[in-house]
Amino acid sequence: MKLTEISNDINDWFSGSGPMADIVVSSRIRLARNLAGHKFLNSCSAEEKAEILERLKTVIMSLDLGDEVFYVSVDQASALNRNFLVERHLISRHHAVAKGPRGVVIARHEFFTAMINEEDHLRLQVLRPGCQLSACVEQIDRIDSTIEKQVDYAFSPRFGFLTACPTNLGTGIRVSVMLHMPALKMTNDIGKFLAAAKDMNLAVRGLFGEGSEATSDLYQISNQVTLGISEQQIVSEFEGTIIPEITEYEKAARKQLLAHQVETLDDKIARAMALLQNAHVISSQEALILLSHLRLGLNMRDHMGASTPAIDRLCARRHDDGATQPSHGLSIRTINRLFMLTLPAHLQMNYGKLLDATHRDVLRAKIIREALSQ
Amino acid sequence: MQCQICSKRAATIHLTEISDGVRSEMHICEHCAAEQGIASQSQMSINELLTNLLAVQPSDEEIFGPSEVASSCPECGFTLDRLRKEGTLGCPRDYEVFEHALVPLIARAHNGATAHCGKVPSRTPRETKKLVKLSDLRQQLEAAVRDEDYERAARLRDEIKRLH
Repeated sequence: MKLTEISNDINDWFSGSGPMADIVVSSRIRLARNLAGHKFLNSCSAEEKAEILERLKTVIMSLDLGDEVFYVSVDQASALNRNFLVERHLISRHHAVAKGPRGVVIARHEFFTAMINEEDHLRLQVLRPGCQLSACVEQIDRIDSTIEKQVDYAFSPRFGFLTACPTNLGTGIRVSVMLHMPALKMTNDIGKFLAAAKDMNLAVRGLFGEGSEATSDLYQISNQVTLGISEQQIVSEFEGTIIPEITEYEKAARKQLLAHQVETLDDKIARAMALLQNAHVISSQEALILLSHLRLGLNMRDHMGASTPAIDRLCARRHDDGATQPSHGLSIRTINRLFMLTLPAHLQMNYGKLLDATHRDVLRAKIIREALSQ
Repeated sequence: MQCQICSKRAATIHLTEISDGVRSEMHICEHCAAEQGIASQSQMSINELLTNLLAVQPSDEEIFGPSEVASSCPECGFTLDRLRKEGTLGCPRDYEVFEHALVPLIARAHNGATAHCGKVPSRTPRETKKLVKLSDLRQQLEAAVRDEDYERAARLRDEIKRLH
């Protein structure tokens, strides 16, 4: 399968559906595993890496996932293809730039990927839209157990699954949710969320931005402790305590905007719409932030029943058909699709050739203008 | 404090009764309490619970065997100096070879934890599975004591004893 077969649409987990989708964009669980009888990757020769790759690739390609799977040889892929896979969260940045034989197995509908020879021999990942960590952990556990019937994992009774870096030791699990927190930035309260996350011993990462800044208002929070706590306990903590507490900050900020700062809110939404509809040159960073404001407006209507002049104008573009098709036209899906498809590698992939930054900015503006004028 | 009934064993159960507005206290041992039908096994004191908890803790050597400090791993040649530079280890055996040096680092990274609890590969020998299960139960027991859920703690303590 070619990557261009998936590059012109968004995947299911970024579609804006699922439980608590007004704030929790997606859920992701990753497991780190290594084969017994082999060195960790930084001490492996190219031959040993190739052997590990072949062994794991064969096992994973034969899994019955209820979906077509395909393999991408990351070390042989072009820089554009590697960047595309990173933008789509199918591989990590580390995997894109690592050395030696390595690859990724991807389920056609992108709910599952297996990075082979990243930092560990195997990094399994399951993704779902909205807040669905229990379903993710159940699915990844099943996949992991099937793989483990065919290979021996490096495991110690004391330390659990042995990983190249001691920070992943034990369960090897990384539980993450992607959160959309635009109101907290508007009310200048993002510090509260970051402090709470730190108190809960969580790692916070800004997504789609440059460096660690979350230009897109999308943040990923993840557990840092992987030893001495079971997979189920971590997921229960996320679902029972962490997610409700963290999302409450954003909910409070949204209420605050409606009650006391409606002009600030409306100004952001109205400017975003005006710029996106009329710009002829737009950078990726600018597009991300403006699309984030439109997503906020739509979500505040759908989940809080918010009605302000700018939100009303935004929602008037939805051509409501009543109960059968309540929100086609300008939907969260449209916003997320524009968001993903105008990222630099996606743009070039779908255009069919490499473009410099200036040409990308022109093409991006055109795609967004056309989509919003429909 | 001695048991007020037998005057032999230590009083571990402390009862407070208020009858017709008069408050009376009684300090008795578990044995006499059972004879009198006053207290059940689950109503144990926190002291007893903690003593039991400590009694079922295994020694490091019981689980892991003795370990040694080495300058390089015989399997992959890895040195601790490389861990400082690269942030990753050389092979699974390094966890055994450099155990003494790694345990404090591991504890720092994992909120004080130094033992696995959770999934175990299905092909793991039964004895190993038991060790991980024990670690899991101990952790649950600590949580139950912290939450002052002594009934659950007693159940977990019994389960740990049974597994032993």
